Parts: sequence; C-alpha cells; structure tokens
Amino acid sequence: MSGPVVAFRNVSKTFNGSKAVRNISFEIQPGEFFSILGPSGCGKTTTLRLLAGFESPDDDGGEVRILDKVVNHARPYERNISMVFQNYALFPHLSVEQNVAFGLERRGVAKAEVASRVKAALEGVRLAPETFGKRAPSALSGGQRQRVALARALVLQPPILLLDEPLGALDLKLRKEMQYELKQLNRRLGITFVYVTHDQEEALTMSDRIAVMDNARVAQLGSPAEIYERPRTAFVARFIGESNFLSGTVVGFEGGQLRVRRDDGTEFRAAATEERTDGGKVHVALRPERLRFVPPGHDADGNALPGKIKAVVYRGEMLHVRATLADGTDMTAAMSNEGQLRLPVSWKEGDPCLAAFAAEDVRILEAEAS
Amino acid sequence: MAGRTPRWLLAIAGAVYVFLHAPLLVLVAFSFNSSKYGASWEGFTLEWYGRLLERADIMAALKVSLIVGLGSTAISTLMGTMLALGLARHRFSGRTFVESLLYVPIVTPEIVCGISLLILFAWMKLQLGISTIIIAHVAFNISYVTIVVRARLEGMDKNLEEAAMILGANEFVAFWKVTVPQLWPGIISGALLAFTMSFDDFVITSLVSGPGSSTLPIVVYTMVRKNIEPSINAISTIILVVTSVMIYAADRLERRDAPQGAR
Repeated sequence: MSGPVVAFRNVSKTFNGSKAVRNISFEIQPGEFFSILGPSGCGKTTTLRLLAGFESPDDDGGEVRILDKVVNHARPYERNISMVFQNYALFPHLSVEQNVAFGLERRGVAKAEVASRVKAALEGVRLAPETFGKRAPSALSGGQRQRVALARALVLQPPILLLDEPLGALDLKLRKEMQYELKQLNRRLGITFVYVTHDQEEALTMSDRIAVMDNARVAQLGSPAEIYERPRTAFVARFIGESNFLSGTVVGFEGGQLRVRRDDGTEFRAAATEERTDGGKVHVALRPERLRFVPPGHDADGNALPGKIKAVVYRGEMLHVRATLADGTDMTAAMSNEGQLRLPVSWKEGDPCLAAFAAEDVRILEAEAS
Repeated sequence: MAGRTPRWLLAIAGAVYVFLHAPLLVLVAFSFNSSKYGASWEGFTLEWYGRLLERADIMAALKVSLIVGLGSTAISTLMGTMLALGLARHRFSGRTFVESLLYVPIVTPEIVCGISLLILFAWMKLQLGISTIIIAHVAFNISYVTIVVRARLEGMDKNLEEAAMILGANEFVAFWKVTVPQLWPGIISGALLAFTMSFDDFVITSLVSGPGSSTLPIVVYTMVRKNIEPSINAISTIILVVTSVMIYAADRLERRDAPQGAR
C-alpha cells in the first residue's frame, strides 16, 4: 500500500450556518499514529465524524478520501474502518463476546471463525476470554470496557482505527498504561490510528504526527517535537505546553537575528530565518525550560531582561520560578528539581534577577488566521 | 439519610396506607364472605367467584373488555412507539409543542374526552360499538405508550447505533439489532400500561359504547345500580388483581436493566 490512507482536501462542514470545519487539508500515511488535538469546539470531533461517515462535507466542501477513494457520501458501513467511542458505546444487551462478535457477524464470517477471532481479540487486549466473555458490559470497570471497545474494533482488522478521546474517562494511572498499550498496538498491528484528544500530553506521548486544530482550522501540523519546539502561532504555543510571551518592535536584523525593542525600551534578539522590516511588530514565545534566572551582573551570554523574583513553585520533578519584568510582564522558568531538601534553590521573593535566554530559543509567531 | 426514621413519621405513613387501601381490603374480604347481604362476616366461600362463570352478561363483557384491551393496546403500542422514535430522532421546529400535546389527553377530564369523541363519532356517522371503544382507547393510550417509550429512548446512548453502523450494520440492521432490544422493556411496559388503562376505563367507554358492546366496568356499574350482590365484589377483586399485577410488571420492566446512558 502506498500513498496516504486518508486525505482531506479543502474540507468544510457547516452546521446551522456556522462552520464546524473550515477548509482543512491533511494526509495520513499508512501505519501512522495521527492525532487531532484541540480544545472543545475546535472541530476535531467533526473532523473525525466526517472520516467515520456520520457526517458528510458541505456540497462544495472539498473531498474526504480513504485509500484513494472519495468517500464524501459513503455510509459508515461502506468504509471498512473501525472506531472506539468516547463512552465506549458497548451494546448493553449483549455480552462481551457478543459485542466483539457483532462486526464479524455483519460481515458473514463463519461461526467457528467468529469464536476463535473473538477469543484472540480479547486476549490481544489482555482480557481473559474465559473470565470476561460472558459478562455484561455493565459488570465491567471503565478500563475493562475500554478494552472490550478496542477488541470490538480491532477484531475486524481494519486498515484504519478511529479513536474519539477514548481515555477521557479513565483515571491517570490507567490512562498512562493505556497510552503505552495503544502505541504498542499501533506498531504491532500496522493499523493507521486517527486519535482525537484535547489532552496535549497524550498527543505528544503517542503520536507520530499531530494536527492542532483551533477555531475550525488546522493551526499546525507536524511531529510532536516540531509542534512543541516550533509552535507557529500563539495559540499552539499556549495550548501545547506552557510558554512565555514577549512582543516588541523590530529595530534591526544582523547575523540571522532580529533585534526587538520592547515597549519599556529593553531589547532582546530572536533568531529569524528571514529579515523583517524595521518598525514591524513581532510576537514571540519562549518555553519555560529555555529560560533561566541569573543574579544581576552575571554575564548572561545572550538575552537578559531585568526583573524581580515573584515566586518559586514546587512541582515535583520540576521547579517553576516566576519573575516579573520591569514592565510588569510575568515570565516563568522551569528548572529540573535537583533536590530541594539537599540543594535548595536560593531565590526568594523580591530578589532582583535577569531573565536569561538564547536568541535561538525564541520562536517568532505568525499572526493567527481569524 | 443517616439515622432511623422517627416513629411518628412511620405512624403517619402507616395511617395513610390504611386510608388508601382499607376500602380495597374490605372489598376483597367480602368477596369471600358467604353472607348474601354483606353486612357481617359469616364464613369463607368461593361461591361468588363460581357464580361469575354462570353469568352470561359478565362473560360477554369480559370478552368485549379483552378484545378492546388487546386491540387498542396493539394499535397504540405500535403508533406510540413510532411517535416516540420520531420525537427522539428528529429535530424540527415546534417539537416541544408537539411533545406537550402528548399530555393533553392525560390531563383532560375523561368526561370531556368522552363527549368530544362521541361528537366526533356522531359527526362521522360511526355506529357505536366495539370499534368506537377501541378508537377511543387508542386515542388516550398513545400518550401513555409514547411517554414511557420516550423515557427509555432518552436514556439510550446515542452512539450505539453509530457504533453498530461502523461495525458494518446498515440502518435497518442497526435499528433492529441494537435499538429495538434496548427499547423492548419500554415498549412492553407501555403496552401493559395501555392494557390496564383500557381494561379499567369507565367514563369514556360508557359514552362511546353501543348496545351489546359493554365492557366489564360498565356491566359491573349496571349490576351495582340494580342491586348489590357479592358477585360484584368477586369481579371487582379480579379486576383489581389483574390491573395491579400488570402495573407492577410494567414498573419492574421500566426499572430493570435501564440503559447505561451516556456517562
């Protein structure tokens, strides 16, 4: 199989006059773990439903392709895809086995084969068929229901599996466990996973690529590292991880770096791939782990903006040090915890400091499409 | 609710129950009383139940009641279920209004319903008889069935049919294999309720029944008007037991394995 398994070409979907999805395009490659990430109402669920066949694009709303066939109006049962629903959607009147067998029976698979494939599918999600097969879904825990839903979808050996926030209802520990297992399944079975979530950490952990959606559009598409380290817009920088934001006016371009003057007169440099005209406004983002605070007078070797320490927040594996710059902008630096009981961070509230960061770590943001 | 219920509250609750049910208990007790005039207890007998079988008018009325009950239940269950599905599935303007119309037949005084139906039948020049009773019963039973089935649908996970479709079931199969099994308890419960309503109805039935189409409650009423006899207690007890059992069954069905719902 070559070429993308899924392709959206300029797809739009309107509900009651408002665009739920606006002219989005992307391709998903075979075997990929592809996440669609965004806040609620961003259009990610509509995108998934367009792929599943529960919705059709607008009449002039582009093309949805699966395995190189246009499927704009194909019914869900004509698409040969499987799906795991947010609330699992297990059939309450059927046993675990019957739930898993449902899709095979619809496909007219012979009885003996159904039984053996159901058994294998349950084992594949680590549910003992002898113990759980005859139970009703209502007699299972959340995590077990999740596994049944997965088995029901995977038993059909679909080329594409859609997952709609499948881990949302599980507790943190179980969620971590399932994240790992899903990734393993994706690798082992070679099935393309299309995973919808609002949880950025989940998307970063599992995905090969992520489409970040905002306001019915794809704001950025890329690998987790690209999304995290090179956010294109303020929305992406804010939604995935945490960011410090600065802005100012361009006053020069030298050695591949923009010189930016802030409103309070202080300046910093930002690595730029292209020159910008002087006097233009720029907005930049900086990850907390790329920022550190040093005592005044310390040679910062790069950008250094004066400020005062505001708070040190203990977060376990990390410490967050927060400072306020002269103009009132708050900046947060994340530093790894070297052991507060043994080697405490010496910052105290009110200490003067310099916010130090390298020009290469500053991300110049694009204006957001409205 | 921690702690024990205070005694005075239990006493009041008990008194209310006695008030509610004492007349019924007296009726049931006297249906086994061998005294012909019923004022005092003279010993246990099943004579009055036995006599019912000999009364041709009661047997005929029982037959009419069963035909009317089963007929109107079948029609109203089918129509009410379809109405409930339509209301649950389709968003259209005025849906809330249409839904509130469901309650009109329930809250309208029976005498008003009966008279309006009578006028309608007269205008349509329909001969009063079993068929007009069935039509009248269907008219009020649709509301009960729809409300019960609707409640069941309301609690149903909307993703279930979608899940069935993505697993390969077309619309019809998804409906038949997933939705209908979920709805069964609601449908049966609605049907039991409808049958009970039909079997018990007196006011509307008395207005729209014709010669030779008297139902059980009407015959009982006529008997009471003529003279009190213990057979009335017996037939009333039978009606009481039948309807109680059906209402109990309907209630159990509504509660049992209620859909999981969206969690």
